[in-house]
Amino acid sequence: MRDALAILRKDLRIEWRTRESVSSVFVLGVLLLVVLTVAQDPEAEQAPALAPGVLWAAFVLTGLLGIQRTFLLERENDCLAGLLGAPIDPASIYVGKLAANVVLLGLVQAFVLPLVGLFLHLDLVPALPGLIAVCFLGNLGFAALATLFGAIAVRVRAREVMLPLLLLPLLVPLLIGAVQATRGVLAGGLVLAGGGITVLAAFDVVFTVAGWLLFAYVVAP
Amino acid sequence: MSRILPAATGIAVLAALALVFLVVPTEADMGIVQRIFYFHVSSAWVAFLGFFTVAGASAVYLWNGSRGADRLAHAAAEVGVLFCSIVLVTGPIWARPIWGVWWTWDPRLTMTVILWAVYASYLMLRAFGGGDEAVARYAAVLGIVGVLDIPLIMVSVRLLRGIHPAVIARNEGGSGLVDPWMRIGLLVSAVALILLAWWLTTLRVRSARLEEELATLRRRLFVRPGEVA
Repeated sequence: MRDALAILRKDLRIEWRTRESVSSVFVLGVLLLVVLTVAQDPEAEQAPALAPGVLWAAFVLTGLLGIQRTFLLERENDCLAGLLGAPIDPASIYVGKLAANVVLLGLVQAFVLPLVGLFLHLDLVPALPGLIAVCFLGNLGFAALATLFGAIAVRVRAREVMLPLLLLPLLVPLLIGAVQATRGVLAGGLVLAGGGITVLAAFDVVFTVAGWLLFAYVVAP
Repeated sequence: MSRILPAATGIAVLAALALVFLVVPTEADMGIVQRIFYFHVSSAWVAFLGFFTVAGASAVYLWNGSRGADRLAHAAAEVGVLFCSIVLVTGPIWARPIWGVWWTWDPRLTMTVILWAVYASYLMLRAFGGGDEAVARYAAVLGIVGVLDIPLIMVSVRLLRGIHPAVIARNEGGSGLVDPWMRIGLLVSAVALILLAWWLTTLRVRSARLEEELATLRRRLFVRPGEVA
């Protein structure tokens, strides 16, 4: 647990000093919002209905790039080898990286979410607690798989294409759950979001446990 | 075994064809196109069987590093994707006259295409990830994660709107198998395709083993006498 916290601190400190991932991923998120909305050319009154889909499509795509960056950073100067050589349980490395990724994803969302309200004519304030809960559940599930497969993708050939290729199909249940939950939360509260939230919670439990158990096999020498 | 399996497969496939095209009555509402269902549903079962085999063999490989389990996982994924592709091709052929469209985003259709993508990406990792032992381990992790994803996919797609007929379990959607010959036809088709898939898997496992042997022999051949390998 202390090892995991140390890794979390390390990743957040790197990000704090460079502000590279969050800022570039944030700009990318804004671009995706624009592209996904403009591509569908909605009437003013249709726009709010697009919000859940646009939001999560943007989050998934920016998340992929953000996760890829955190692992590419570890490749530079062979940091990953150093990390694995340290007397730390691989499961702690997984937990630390997972926590760092959840925090970074949440940070980007904190900037992107208000813009969605602005662009798509939504009043987010009454739904905010629900939205934060859905975003957290979505981030946890996303990071649980992305941390596992990010570690795989940086270590194989064809790595740029491998991460989205492996992750996107596995993430579809999360995407469906998050979109349905967001739609429910925006329409009037957690009761309507029940189905989506159940899927998200199940996804989180299954894949954080699976990732925690399987990470050791991914990074084994 | 190497002779019994192909022979049994041949007999079962012939029996399934004879039943489906000569014996089983034509479905009253849908007509002749309904006969594709015997292969469509059987292929779906075989694909699932293949994907669960991938997960089982992957777990064994991570457990004890058995080369045979790794080869079985890879072969089962190939055969699973093959039969999943058959499901995705036969389904629209049936859907076009019955539903009026080749494709809808119905829960079952969505689930099938997602599963296809999960295991197609497994084959991509195998094909382009590089050939070493580490990639076999990554593929095993993916094989296990993939099967854990199946129930989540099933639950999540139910949040979408659906029109697919439920087979056997409930008779809504007009696809209940009313005639006993229909049930026998489905059963025999399923047995035939399971045998076929089993046979294909054993062939792929064998060819993978031979490829590995060949690679070993080639390495040995190019080491000159007296040189340390």
